[in-house]
Amino acid sequence: MNAFLAILGRDLRLSLGSGGIGLPVVFFLLVATLYPFAVGPDGALLAKTGGGVLWVAALLAALLPIDRLIAPDAEAGVLDQYAVRGVGEEMIAAAKITAHWIGFGPPLMLAAIPASAMLRLDGETLAAVELGLLAGTPGLAALGVMVASLTAGLRRGGALAGLLMLPLAIPLIIFGAGSIGDFGGGALRFLAASSLFLVAVAPFAAGAGIRALRE
Amino acid sequence: MTASLALSNLACVRGGRVLFKGLNATLGPGDALLLTGPNGVGKSSLLRLIAGLLPAYAGTMSYDGRLALSDENHALDPRLPLAKALGYWAGIDGTGPMAVSAALEALDMTRLADVPVRLLSTGQRRRANLARVLASGADIWLLDEPGNGLDTASLALLERAIAAHRAQGGIVVVASHQPLGLTDAQALALEAAE
Repeated sequence: MNAFLAILGRDLRLSLGSGGIGLPVVFFLLVATLYPFAVGPDGALLAKTGGGVLWVAALLAALLPIDRLIAPDAEAGVLDQYAVRGVGEEMIAAAKITAHWIGFGPPLMLAAIPASAMLRLDGETLAAVELGLLAGTPGLAALGVMVASLTAGLRRGGALAGLLMLPLAIPLIIFGAGSIGDFGGGALRFLAASSLFLVAVAPFAAGAGIRALRE
Repeated sequence: MTASLALSNLACVRGGRVLFKGLNATLGPGDALLLTGPNGVGKSSLLRLIAGLLPAYAGTMSYDGRLALSDENHALDPRLPLAKALGYWAGIDGTGPMAVSAALEALDMTRLADVPVRLLSTGQRRRANLARVLASGADIWLLDEPGNGLDTASLALLERAIAAHRAQGGIVVVASHQPLGLTDAQALALEAAE
């Protein structure tokens, strides 16, 4: 537990220090700003499509920090030092997922408030988006750490990370965007289930990835 | 707990190539093992193998006590002051800030405690790397070329730290090209396996 909290604290400090939190949020807000320019100022159209756009933006924003989740630690020998101390790879992955989510989920949920204003979303839709992000961002964070550990050993792993992560995130985006519509309750449950599945599986997959990096 | 380390008939294969085989060594409290041999013969791999970072291809390895590894990566956050960066590992090791200041003292780095790691020179980073091992409170030190980039005064400090560790019943395994003043050390010369 001591090591879990230490890793969590270190990763949070690093993402705060390196702008890792600001970048996805700025990207998210940029998309929300650009979209009305692209489709025009038709309020009804914006309100109808805006929720889905926010989900696409959230997914793409989740891709941005991937290359600094695992690879820098692997290169600097930090992961080796964890291993020498007998810290389990699954625990490292779980701590990294938690830290990544804290630095990514809540800031995105805050950013969704001004973004929804720019997309003319009503209060009800905003509430659905926030609830969906709360349920879905842990899954996105888990997916991010998992893909990061699988691509950390590769040159130019960043591009591959996107190709790997986006298909796996399709359930999240379908149910996330679906949770905004008229039959949102069911989709929200599926979203939470997909997210929970990813959170449960990712520490083991990422742990195996971290072990494989040592070879 | 008394520290011990035993290697029996150990072999290592990397990338389909046999690096070494049939290695035997038995170390008890206060013992030191000096690994020598030409480049690429597997000294670093043997240290990584003992550290549990590589699987043994054949043979067995057993030890009692906690391990600490110093290789070419210092694994310290570049932006943190030296003492804080070392404190992160000391925290995980459960030894705390006292051990960090003792380690800095032993390697004559106390006045660098507040300097960010990225501003340290190569030799200072090397010493910081060793300070991480000193502060870990581990029983078995695995040192890969610990003397690289160290000046004469630092080498003397390193030798003194190793001697103090052995006097307290610790074990040291060193891979080094430089002659280190290790008294009564077992020597293991690695040769290219055919």
